[in-house]
Amino acid sequence: MNILVCIKQVPDMESHFRPNGTATWFDESNLAFRMNEYDEYAVEEAVRLKEQLGGNPEITVLSIGPDRVIEVIKKALAMGCDRAVHIQDPDVASKDSWQIASIIAAYARGRQFDLIFTGMQSQDRGSAQVGVLAAELLGFPSVTTLVGFAYADGVVTATRELEGGVKGKVRLRTPALVTCQLGLNAPRYPTLPNIMKAKKKEIATFQPGELSSEPPLTGSTAFRHHEKKGSGVVIEGDIAELVEKVIVILKEKTAVLR
Amino acid sequence: MKLLLVGEYREGKLLDTSAELSGFASAIGADASMFLVGSAEDVPAFSGTLYLADARVYGEYNPEVHKQLLLKAVEEVNPDLVVFIHSSYGWDLAPRVAASLKAALVSEVIALAGSAYVVGCCNAKMHRNVTPSTSMVVITIQAGAFSALTQGGTPSVKTLSTEKVSTTEFVCYEPAEAKDVDLAKAEIVVSAGRGIGKKENIDMIRSLAKAFGGELGGSRPVVDAGWLDHGHQVGSTGQTVAPKLYVACGISGSIQHLAGMKKSGFILAINKDKDAPIGEVADVLVVADVVKFAPALTAKLT
Ligand SMILES: Cc1cc2nc3c(=O)[nH]c(=O)nc-3n(C[C@H](O)[C@H](O)[C@H](O)COP(=O)(O)OP(=O)(O)OC[C@H]3O[C@@H](n4cnc5c(N)ncnc54)[C@H](O)[C@@H]3O)c2cc1C
Repeated sequence: MNILVCIKQVPDMESHFRPNGTATWFDESNLAFRMNEYDEYAVEEAVRLKEQLGGNPEITVLSIGPDRVIEVIKKALAMGCDRAVHIQDPDVASKDSWQIASIIAAYARGRQFDLIFTGMQSQDRGSAQVGVLAAELLGFPSVTTLVGFAYADGVVTATRELEGGVKGKVRLRTPALVTCQLGLNAPRYPTLPNIMKAKKKEIATFQPGELSSEPPLTGSTAFRHHEKKGSGVVIEGDIAELVEKVIVILKEKTAVLR
Repeated sequence: MKLLLVGEYREGKLLDTSAELSGFASAIGADASMFLVGSAEDVPAFSGTLYLADARVYGEYNPEVHKQLLLKAVEEVNPDLVVFIHSSYGWDLAPRVAASLKAALVSEVIALAGSAYVVGCCNAKMHRNVTPSTSMVVITIQAGAFSALTQGGTPSVKTLSTEKVSTTEFVCYEPAEAKDVDLAKAEIVVSAGRGIGKKENIDMIRSLAKAFGGELGGSRPVVDAGWLDHGHQVGSTGQTVAPKLYVACGISGSIQHLAGMKKSGFILAINKDKDAPIGEVADVLVVADVVKFAPALTAKLT
């Protein structure tokens, strides 16, 4: 069995974001990057499946981006992926979901993957498109928003999260693609021996142009801070003073404190 | 401009998203038809054409079958814009349809900016405009972003049909777990987010909730990590609350969390990040380390 996991490196969401020169996206300087949270669940689920099947499947982890993404590739290898593909693209931020999905599909095509795991969305773009678009390009059936996953004899039984706590169970045959939702499992922390072992695993490099040269279908402009609608106040300073201020405000503005 | 709105129907019921779709259509001043895999007995109230496929024939949501049906409606209408709600139905089906049409796809639109669509990014902290470059465009709109509009009227129905071939099989629904705490009844809800740092700090937030005489809630990561039971989760996949006072401790304010608490009477947020999107709805944003602030506030209240 052959498994592909697609992961993205994203900035820490607690960072202070500033627009880049053309305001198409954020300025990368001074940002700390990490693995997209949703993708951690994708990596974990793939590794669990490998363990369930007695170590037989081979897991390839793929990431598109500049050389900094090697850091998340190494983490995925240390979590238990077997080999990696780095699609070296310093220009990844200017690509839209269609282009990213086209690159992934072009890589996966003809490589006989039985299962592809992706996160349901990235924390930075949040568009929830890439997984399904790649599946459509490959002609694979796909399921999104996975909160439960089981596999036996070429059949995936997937639990999708719907609204208001309701879930929907579906069944599909491999080859298939699934997109993973938060809480699907408990992603492991790489252990020191596994981090050492990961250093010896192969990372193959491709240029995006070798795989796909699809033009974008959308453009991005005016990257900016969210527009504050309310009339709320922001208070800062010494903890004791803040507590006093909050008590005063709550007494004045709400009926819950006497 | 011609719009094709995509309605939703589940387990024998029309979902009330069609009024929001009509609201969007009126916001851009366009004529709209609607697509629905549903029932002729329960159609959305609007005056236009409804492209209807019978849910009794096609069953519950099946991505491949619904895609084929929707593509038939697209062929008949030839819309400029296909509009979904950004729901588990919309974000699943929209990319499939967009891929077949090779149309630009814009997800979770919150507003319009000329011919561009405004969307959130970086976990709702930032916004950007997305400009499509294809003539037909597929979008999903954020639930609640456009005010609902009940037009009234009866649509003229055109029936759609397709061959029922699919590689995906719907098995069943699993109902929502019974909740052990009814946060919706509480006058005060104090919620813990990932910003509290570790499981051991839940007690600190629980003490604050107690000092206020309120209930303890939490954001999803806190529940996913097992720090709190799911019954305490606030948000689109948890409970919706509107207490007199909501206290958000170390919660960033993602769309999905806001969906569950933004109607609260008064919102107090404690966050070390001044730019956190919770500031968009908070009446007071206290910029502080919640691990220091929460016990100090608890002490003052008791
Ligand atoms: C389909 C779907 C459904 C979802 N449903 C829900 C839902 O029902 N409910 C929900 O909550 N989420 C839901 N989510 C997840 C949501 O997108 C966010 O990931 C989540 O709400 C973030 O939780 P958080 O604010 O606790 O964590 P984070 O986003 O990680 O934010 C932590 C915050 O704490 C602050 N912080 C850190 N340290 C401190 C400190 N010492 N003192 C003070 N502040 C600090 C940070 O500045 C940050 O703002 C859903 C997501 C999807 C895709």
